[in-house]
Amino acid sequence: MFPTPIQKSPRSWQITYQSFLPVALIMWLLPLLAVALFSVKPEGDFSGGNYWSLPSSFGGFENYGRVFFESDMPRYLLNSLLITVPTAIGAVALSCMAGFALGIYKFKLNLWVFFLFVAGNFVPFQILMVPVRDLTLDMGLYNTKTGLVLFHIAFQSGFCTLFMRNFIKGLPFALIEAARVEGIAEWRIFIYIVLPLMKPAIAALSVLIFTFIWNDYFWAIVLTQGVESQPVTAGITSFNAQFRAAYHLMSAGAIVAALPPVAMFFLMQKHFIAGLTLGAVK
Amino acid sequence: MSTASLAKSDYETPNRSWYKRNEISVTPWLFLAPAILFFAAYVIIPIFQSFEISLFAWDGLGAREYIGTENYVELWDDPAFYTSLKNNVIWLILYLLAIPAGLFIALFLNQTVMGIRLYKSLFFFPFVISQVVVGLVFTWFYDPTFGLLNTIIGWVGLGPINVLGDPTYVTYGIIAAGLWPQTAYCMILYLTGLNAVDPEQIEAARLDGAKGWRMLWYVIVPQLKPATFIAFVVTIVGALRSFDLISVMTNGGPFGESRVLSFYMFEVALSEYGFRMGYGAAIAVVLFFIMLFFIAYFLYSMYQDERGR
Amino acid sequence: MRSILKASAMALVTSAALATGAFAADKLSGDMKIFLDTSNPAPRATFEGIIAQFDEMHPDLNIETTIIDRDGYKTQIRNFLTANPPDVATWYAGNRMLPYVKTGLFEDVSDLWQGELAEQLASTKTALTIDGKQWGVPYTYYQWGMYYRKDIFDKLGLSEPKTWDEEKANCQKIIDSGAKCYTIGTKFLWTAAGWFDYLNLRTNGYEFHMALTAGEVSWTDDRVKKTMANWRELIDMGAFIDDHTAYSWQEAIPFLVDGKAAAYLMGNFAVDPIKAAGLTDDQLDFYQFPLITEGIPMAEEAPTDTLHIPSGAQNKEAARAFLQFVATPEVQTSMNASLGQLPVNNQASVNTDDKFVQQGFEMLNGASALAQFFDRDAPAEMAKVGMEGFQEFMVRPDNLDQILQRLEKTRERVYK
Repeated sequence: MFPTPIQKSPRSWQITYQSFLPVALIMWLLPLLAVALFSVKPEGDFSGGNYWSLPSSFGGFENYGRVFFESDMPRYLLNSLLITVPTAIGAVALSCMAGFALGIYKFKLNLWVFFLFVAGNFVPFQILMVPVRDLTLDMGLYNTKTGLVLFHIAFQSGFCTLFMRNFIKGLPFALIEAARVEGIAEWRIFIYIVLPLMKPAIAALSVLIFTFIWNDYFWAIVLTQGVESQPVTAGITSFNAQFRAAYHLMSAGAIVAALPPVAMFFLMQKHFIAGLTLGAVK
Repeated sequence: MSTASLAKSDYETPNRSWYKRNEISVTPWLFLAPAILFFAAYVIIPIFQSFEISLFAWDGLGAREYIGTENYVELWDDPAFYTSLKNNVIWLILYLLAIPAGLFIALFLNQTVMGIRLYKSLFFFPFVISQVVVGLVFTWFYDPTFGLLNTIIGWVGLGPINVLGDPTYVTYGIIAAGLWPQTAYCMILYLTGLNAVDPEQIEAARLDGAKGWRMLWYVIVPQLKPATFIAFVVTIVGALRSFDLISVMTNGGPFGESRVLSFYMFEVALSEYGFRMGYGAAIAVVLFFIMLFFIAYFLYSMYQDERGR
Repeated sequence: MRSILKASAMALVTSAALATGAFAADKLSGDMKIFLDTSNPAPRATFEGIIAQFDEMHPDLNIETTIIDRDGYKTQIRNFLTANPPDVATWYAGNRMLPYVKTGLFEDVSDLWQGELAEQLASTKTALTIDGKQWGVPYTYYQWGMYYRKDIFDKLGLSEPKTWDEEKANCQKIIDSGAKCYTIGTKFLWTAAGWFDYLNLRTNGYEFHMALTAGEVSWTDDRVKKTMANWRELIDMGAFIDDHTAYSWQEAIPFLVDGKAAAYLMGNFAVDPIKAAGLTDDQLDFYQFPLITEGIPMAEEAPTDTLHIPSGAQNKEAARAFLQFVATPEVQTSMNASLGQLPVNNQASVNTDDKFVQQGFEMLNGASALAQFFDRDAPAEMAKVGMEGFQEFMVRPDNLDQILQRLEKTRERVYK
């Protein structure tokens, strides 16, 4: 049932298809569209009980304004940023090196080390929760962004190493051999030959990690609390408590919280999808 | 190349350092060291620590008390544990629906018409939204008073259904919310996979009279195997990590009927009513073994792959 | 002298600050972290006001306030007391603070319970005493009871019920009119415990209720079953709104406001959001939970909210000063006027302009005894399993035996 290219099908089907596309899309995004609609409705619409009519007036400016100026939302967003960016840098740096080691060198434990990273990447968070929380406490990093960043770097280096190693495996090995014949030191090979070739992988991975970490909730509630260090995923629950049953504000808050990774995705779409689907094709 | 010549002169010095002599065997370990260090401290060692903690009664504060397998014995007749386990199985099975669903959306969108790229992106982007927001969005979607779902089924004279407040529906309601981003993920995997499907094979099959379901099953799906494998891996992992949605949408309720092991573990170990670290660790160990079964399978497939290279 | 000068320089300072200006003389400095669970608008504003006042009295003190959502706070408190202790934290009196006292996470503040202050706060001293020491300072308490739509009662010709039969007769008429008798949102469980507490207090009395929450009586006892049977009468009538498991207590308010339900068994903190949602004093009124078993004295729920100093606090000196400040009659008067609740300090004055506060004050003064609340009287784990059981009972009353057996099993484990 591999679809016949639409250009080759009858005209009537072409039209049906083209008109069905937007309908399907609206159905697919319906829950989200509802929230978007809520977020621009003025407060009065809700107390009047007309949840689903068109907004009686545009309340978007006021709702989003209150999210930004009357709540801790901006601080949570900033925290998220300060957690996400260092994690992406750290995890990518570690995994470039580890991926290089595992992708280029043949040594006895190579596959074992690699599988260790892969396996670790799949373990349920809960098996790590108690010890990691204790470790963070012992280091005095509980409820700090640093504590969260360190854990994220460590955990993400599993997935990132898998990713980088496979990418480096795909590079032409002849290049490296040629360099070795020239007598170039191994670390120079990494910096001057391999690293430049890894740019697309680095871009893809950074975008992915940004999204994963931005959206993390579990570790945020295990390792942080309070407005000085919590990222927006955890902060939104306190935000909602402040405005409970004020659906226009909660909707606006949810959209603000979701927006940065969505923007990242649309801006960096090519890298994002390349990263996500690496390995989906052989 | 100045770097090259510089390196060459190093190479020619008669008294090569130990490092120089062992460069090829030492370098990989130097490069691996930071990642291994981090990974060991935060992932590998904690797994074993959790095993150890599961043998103790511990409130996370005072002294631990060694109680052997008592935590596991208590699990054995804890009804909440069985509810969680049952829900985990439901999650695992139903979450796999994301794979065929993703495949069909991918097939549907695998056309070249005006604006299709934008459509693909818009179909995909639920995956980018955090599960916390997905949970909120669906909580409102299901709300019995004003939720869109009940508004819509109200038009045909049904409902209202209290999806998240009714123990019979609640787990399915949360899974449906989880399937939304997960299907998008599988879709994008398949879209990429479809790009690489060999058109000549399709044509050949077509000439042989294959079409419809037969074409899909015998020609397309086998070529999508790598995509299917990844979709399977990420879906299983996603199903067993189903914490965020439950925490946001129901907090395990009503009366604990939507718990899964990952949530129950957290509840036991870190909520006001809990801080039973040992008991929580025991639940985590059970969850870990369920996952280990799949991890072993993933690694085995990857190992086969590596040897085939 | 210095403090008075300073105080007069500040425009915002009220008489309360002046009267307590004495504290300002002990120069407090450094940082003070305060964690609050007062996430609803009115309590939030109240605390912010009080803290601002305290801050102005102590210019060298840098106060950092964290407000955590009230239901979230309950799950976080253990976490932050052990991992990241603030200097002052809100919590609740009674058994609810026992685990933190037992594990040494709360600071002994018996030194504050001396002299004048001890007399003024005497009514709650037992609730804050464990092992002969005091572990916190109360800032407010409030009544529970039926908040109802007077206009709907008038329209249907109903009056405030005094007995269980009248309650049920009223309810039947409300149901016949097409509405529900009671709104409730049980998503966070504790609202159902309010019903259990009152039904049990009225069916079996205060002593039995206390013995039950202290783990001295079996949950499968016939007296518990009697309580549940009374509850079941209402459930079988269809007295409660549908789908209550999906709502928080705030989300249950619109049913009352829209007239889809006629009454709400709640604590007095609900008045502010109900009024904010659109009801006026003419529409909303209050009555005491009616008598069920003849001859049983009327005990009431009166949860006391408290402030504590974690033992890991960094600035205990400032924390003590803050607790003392909050306990003074002036601060308790102004705080509770804006909270719409009752001051614990007997020298503080009750806001007589507020009819709900006034009624609550009179009711509690006449009460035979005061209970804290199910999840404050029973230990945390018992409370959790118990409240889940109540919620399940409200949805599936036929499961009663199974539920009570589960509670009994938990009792045997928790209290050992």
